[in-house]
Amino acid sequence: MVEMSRPRTYQTEAIIIRKTKLGEADRILTLYTPHLGKLQAVAKGVRRPRSKLAGHLELLTHSLVSLARGRNLDTITGSQTINSFLSLKSDLELTSFGLYATELLDQFTADGIENYSLFQLLLQTMHNLCQGGDNELALRYFELHLLGSVGYRPQLQRCVACQSALEPVTSWFSPAAGGILCPNCRHSQPLTYPVSVSGLKVLRFLQSNDYRTASRLKITPELSRELEDITRNYIRYLLEREPKSAAWLDTLRK
Amino acid sequence: MNQGLIPTEAVSKLIQELNKLPGIGPKSAQRLAYHLLRTPEEQTGLLVEALLSVKQKTRLCSTCFNITDSESCSICRSDQRDRSKICVVEQPQDILALEHTGSYRGLYHVLHGAISPTEGIGVDDLRIRELLERLQEVSTDEVILATNTNLEGEQTAMYLNKVISPLGIRVTRLARGLPFGTELEYADDVTLTRAIEGRQEF
Repeated sequence: MVEMSRPRTYQTEAIIIRKTKLGEADRILTLYTPHLGKLQAVAKGVRRPRSKLAGHLELLTHSLVSLARGRNLDTITGSQTINSFLSLKSDLELTSFGLYATELLDQFTADGIENYSLFQLLLQTMHNLCQGGDNELALRYFELHLLGSVGYRPQLQRCVACQSALEPVTSWFSPAAGGILCPNCRHSQPLTYPVSVSGLKVLRFLQSNDYRTASRLKITPELSRELEDITRNYIRYLLEREPKSAAWLDTLRK
Repeated sequence: MNQGLIPTEAVSKLIQELNKLPGIGPKSAQRLAYHLLRTPEEQTGLLVEALLSVKQKTRLCSTCFNITDSESCSICRSDQRDRSKICVVEQPQDILALEHTGSYRGLYHVLHGAISPTEGIGVDDLRIRELLERLQEVSTDEVILATNTNLEGEQTAMYLNKVISPLGIRVTRLARGLPFGTELEYADDVTLTRAIEGRQEF
């Protein structure tokens, strides 16, 4: 079998989803890409005042990034902004939503696994947040589709325990079972969260439609909170911890 | 690999400690260590004293959290300052940078960081509560937000604007735009956008 040697340099679209400091002037950035999945790369000198790259490699930026292969990590050699999402970053709440989405994506993915639809989901969500619609709904949409994309699709069609069809009464979401329990099976799981009839309808609608359709929903603040309870608790169960940026969302709400 | 080449354990320990300092790699650490070996003991004694006293004698100003050696820093104590303005910065070094310009005569407040949700740095981890308390106690005309222009600095500035504006105090932000000495074609989108939006009469 002939092994093709990988080219020394390459280019990829990316959304910068995380950054950490390295040494005195460098950073390690986590990029989420359409075809290379999640990758870590070194951005040299970006913490210096005159860095030309720094502005193009900020978090929540969609860029075309050039990289050179390295022994451990690849190094970013250039970057051109495709979308700086300035309107997102100029709003405190929108930024917090964007950081929450990128943190979830980072937590639920491993390096190097291509997931084109997940890249599109993140990009689309960032655009959605800039549209001025129901941002909480945009976040719920993101959460449900992210979970589905990484193998944790909530089971909303039938009772996960007895498989019976769900009646139009309050049912219960079980993180451990990964889906809805009918009232009869509710006590088979210790930890459950109530799902109203409308709540279940909305969750199913979000799960099975594209965002353009889903975004037409108008939901009450109470219903919004109910949905948030369900998704955030499911996520907390799966990650075994609360995402750090979730605390900030709560602080801003106060 | 170098064990046989370093004369004593004391010297290699010194090199090890110097190496931990930022910007000091193994070669620089070695150079410094050997320099100190040649330096008279009196000199190294002064260095040791300076290192110890910097930790023992410095503390944070109880008003603005700048680095000082007494309860109040020299800026907060001075009667030459414009006490109607407070400039909010992330770190004490930022005060140095601003003072160096000589163009600001007001007071400061150091947050000791910036809001970073992904790192778990929130409002309680910074000196924000103390800033708000300060604004309640002393009448202030203007709060100038001089946090960094990166995402964390901007978030911090937006948050502070949100909590301070309702107090009826004027909140301003340092002008954002092109640094001096840059070429337009290399500037990033965000910088250029802000520079265009913030343009002024020549």
